[in-house]
Amino acid sequence: MSQHSDSTSDSHGGDDHDHDIAAHVRTYLIIFGALLIGTVLTVAMYYVDFSSMALTVAIALFIASIKAFLVAGYFMHLLSEKKLVYGVLVLSAIFFVGLMGLTLWGSNDLPRNSTTKTLYVP
Amino acid sequence: MEIPYTYKPRPDTGLYNAKVGIWLFLASEIMLFGALFSAYILLRVSAPVGFWPDVGLAWPRGLLNIPIGTFNTAVLITSSVTVVLAWASLKMNNFARFRVYMVITVLCAFAFLGIKSFEYNDKFSHYVIRLQDGKALTGHIEVDGKHPRFWNFSDQWSVAKLADQKVTKIKVEVDPERDMNGHVKAHGSHDHEVREVAVSDIVSLSSYTPATHPFFAVYFLITALHGLHVLGGALVLGYFAFPGAKMWKSNPEQFINRIEVGGLFWHFVDLVWIFLFPVVYLL
Repeated sequence: MSQHSDSTSDSHGGDDHDHDIAAHVRTYLIIFGALLIGTVLTVAMYYVDFSSMALTVAIALFIASIKAFLVAGYFMHLLSEKKLVYGVLVLSAIFFVGLMGLTLWGSNDLPRNSTTKTLYVP
Repeated sequence: MEIPYTYKPRPDTGLYNAKVGIWLFLASEIMLFGALFSAYILLRVSAPVGFWPDVGLAWPRGLLNIPIGTFNTAVLITSSVTVVLAWASLKMNNFARFRVYMVITVLCAFAFLGIKSFEYNDKFSHYVIRLQDGKALTGHIEVDGKHPRFWNFSDQWSVAKLADQKVTKIKVEVDPERDMNGHVKAHGSHDHEVREVAVSDIVSLSSYTPATHPFFAVYFLITALHGLHVLGGALVLGYFAFPGAKMWKSNPEQFINRIEVGGLFWHFVDLVWIFLFPVVYLL
């Protein structure tokens, strides 16, 4: 990825600049196609019986993560951002991972696989 | 008074103010949606055996309408690419094309919301019925020849209310049977069998509302919050496409930045949906 994030470096116009953006537009369209394929793939996985819920969840989240990477990396220009943005996101990532870690840790304390069979009556 | 760095990047960070602002905001949004996803996980893993998934109904996996959800995902992805193309059009000094892409983006946003409300309506008028013999069935119901609709809360039925109004029988358009993976069993085919059920045989009856199952509680909470983000984004992008676009004449650089920042928010809304779609529709 080149220098497109310096959006204010010069006034709009100039042939080189236009050429640069035109190349980006092609990238955006390729990513668009990839995202649609990813969506079809996600739905296709639903109809495959992996016989393990953990594996099913892992595959679905793996595909979603790739799609998320494409959106964040290219549409949001994160692959060529300034340091401060990365700094903010690293903090966010630490807290997010912490939150999910606590969630998984805490879920072991819950009465999962309880032998009491409950018939739910709303 | 002029605020510095509204469109020129600060020399030390290399970023203009609004971009720092939007990324800080998005960082807080990650935590907001993260907390709700965490709630989903805890509700799911802590559910008593036979409850999520439900033994009788193979609930709630595959309960939502997957073709509609897939279509809506495509709509949102399309709007995400058009908003970045709108920004690129401005960079190439093509205002007419910018406006076309912005209009497509906003139309996609409202299409998404329209489809979502269609789904909501379907859920609020869809019932789960538990019978005296321990069996359970789901489907749309007909009371006194009328199909309840969600916009009329007096149309929400319960066993007590049926007894109150001296209804003795209801008709149920029974949904096709599912296996424990939530897949429709092959022999069930697509036609809905209509069955008459005596009210005296019913233990409980409730529509697909948040109170019926924690899945619905968390589903409506997250999708409605996401829907509000779509609405907010659509209003802002719509503003930039029309009344706000006069800035293109007075201060084009700042206008391009605004589109970039609005676009960043819009991509984030798309990002949340990329995770939300498999979690609530497919898993």
